[in-house]
Amino acid sequence: MSAPHAKLPGWVDYGVIPLVNLVVAFLVAGLVVLLVGESPIRAAALLIEGAFGYGEGIGFTLYYATNFIFTGLAVAIAFHCGLFNIGGEGQAYVAGLGVAIPCLWLDASMPWYVVFVVVIFGSALMGGLWALIPGYLQAKRGSHVVITTIMFNFIASSLMVYLLIDVLKPRGSMSPETRTFAEGGHLPKLDWLFGPLGIDVGGSPLNLSFLLALVVSFIVWVIVWRTRFGYQIRTMGFSPSAARYAGMKEARIVIITMVMSGALAGMMAINPIMGEQHRMQLDFVGGAGFVGIAVALMGRSHPVGIIPAAILFGMLYQGGAEISFEMPQISRDMIVIIQGLVILFAGAMEHMFRPTIARLFTSLGGGRKPQPATATE
Amino acid sequence: MEFLDTLIVLLQSTIRVSVPLILAALAGLYSERSGVFDIGLEGKMLGGAFAAGAVAAITGSAWLGVLAAIVVAVALALVHGFASITQRGNQIVSGVAINFIAAGATVILGQAWFHQGGRTPPLSGGARFTTIDLPFAAELADVPVVGAIYTNLLSGHYTLTYIAFALVPFTWWVLFRTRFGLRLRAVGENPGAVDTAGISVIWLRYRAVICCGILTGIAGAYLSLAMTAGFVKGMTAGKGFIALAALIFAKWKPVSVMYACLLFGFLDALSIRMQGHRLPLIGEVPVQFMQALPYVLTVVLLAGFIGRAIPPKAGGTPYVKER
Repeated sequence: MSAPHAKLPGWVDYGVIPLVNLVVAFLVAGLVVLLVGESPIRAAALLIEGAFGYGEGIGFTLYYATNFIFTGLAVAIAFHCGLFNIGGEGQAYVAGLGVAIPCLWLDASMPWYVVFVVVIFGSALMGGLWALIPGYLQAKRGSHVVITTIMFNFIASSLMVYLLIDVLKPRGSMSPETRTFAEGGHLPKLDWLFGPLGIDVGGSPLNLSFLLALVVSFIVWVIVWRTRFGYQIRTMGFSPSAARYAGMKEARIVIITMVMSGALAGMMAINPIMGEQHRMQLDFVGGAGFVGIAVALMGRSHPVGIIPAAILFGMLYQGGAEISFEMPQISRDMIVIIQGLVILFAGAMEHMFRPTIARLFTSLGGGRKPQPATATE
Repeated sequence: MEFLDTLIVLLQSTIRVSVPLILAALAGLYSERSGVFDIGLEGKMLGGAFAAGAVAAITGSAWLGVLAAIVVAVALALVHGFASITQRGNQIVSGVAINFIAAGATVILGQAWFHQGGRTPPLSGGARFTTIDLPFAAELADVPVVGAIYTNLLSGHYTLTYIAFALVPFTWWVLFRTRFGLRLRAVGENPGAVDTAGISVIWLRYRAVICCGILTGIAGAYLSLAMTAGFVKGMTAGKGFIALAALIFAKWKPVSVMYACLLFGFLDALSIRMQGHRLPLIGEVPVQFMQALPYVLTVVLLAGFIGRAIPPKAGGTPYVKER
């Protein structure tokens, strides 16, 4: 995304301005807390204590963050191509099939690592397929990907409700979910990794898919910044006409990017299904697809920014649950407000404070050379 | 006769569920025709529904509730306007943000003020709308066919229902027969030309966004004051997006918007009625299929298989005056 105003050094552009936007979003959220009659400072203290104060809390924070890394990367890669994929929610939901079906099929006969490999491909395939149609329609028929992905979220929701109630539910069961998987459908937890650090994540559902998320983040970085196709994606996003003049195949780039985006969103399904619940439940995505939008905007669509942004939202989810114990007025829905405010200030109004900061910067004698050492990117 | 009665009951519930869709879709029409895309219809409706429920519960007046709904929805619309017109931000991103803020804030504030799990207190008496009977409805009830249609289908709706249907020709008139409407459409197609004619693009778009806020506010008030008695958490349940789909389905034309909303409303009413019933040849149609049908139809339309939906040309792009 291009900057319409005066040029600023990288660390201001990628460090100071997003930080200011974020702080403003949280200040407004603090006002809401104040309006409800609670102390924002105490809420913040509870939040941090609940998210990082003890081992299990850290485990939960990173468990939620895993979901948001996947969905954040999904939104980000589409952003680089100038596409806005709001369909992460639906793509992840449908991708649940790519996780649940191999698990139901192989869980008793195969060890978890075989199932895991099948599930990675299965979820990416199903998520990718669900994004393929909007991508194809955008590239070939000119229908806007934003609208079609919104529609596909609703279609996915109806489809999955139907499948869970009428097809996948074991006979005689009342709740709309698959049966619980056997041992082969359980991902190992990460106690062995955090134990030596003196952090006991025992009670939390943090599992191997967190490491998968980190690996996938690295792969996304390689694809977007170190391959020919990634260059094409970014060119397309920067200027479709430039891409056209350079002889790049627009339709192909759009379709493949959408499929990759859907595949990334789809892999999110591994974490709750195979990592925590060991079965597929109704509405297991729980809004993570939409959190991905906030995460991608906050992380400036770069894996290095997305991982901390995802952890921040993981912290909000985990710490938010903690707050609602102490302050019954502030339920989980507070996170939805914060999410909206982050999207508003870091996304839609990202340039609001830019002129002020630019003026401040020049008045502080900022004509000097930028210091690359402090660059946050 | 039994068939006619069933049909009338079905059509009556079609009208009931179509009203919020019509209001929200017309709201989107003003905004999108002026070049400001709005996927925040859902959030504004929800905010309006909450404000209406809360104020009506406190004051006991349904009309004050409507007023509050309009104020809140317009405020949210102005946030969208500020982000997308003045700040030239991404209109889709801003719309998404509005939806989340409304979804979260209505529950948090509702819980803090009323302590009923995000609901507003149940409304009764003057705090909610009651249906009104058109003149001679009772006398005509016994006349065959005509009486049934007049008494059961046309009469016996809420005031807001009649207002919603009256707004359809009114919107057509505003858009296609007034100077404001001409400029509004022009600013959505070619803002540069409007600017050259010495008319403020920014002020025009702000007015369009305010119109959008007013109508989404009324739509929200209908949900919490007429259709049900009070606000319930997340009560819009995707209606804002169905309205958006209807707007696209109708190719941004007011009268077609009404028909699209009635069609989607009919599908909704039909799916409720068909639950558990079996159709000849097909068997039982899953209710989820009927719920997904509006979205599927919109995608098929967007794909260009039934006509072509071409949005306003300048839609989605902020206007930058040449320097």
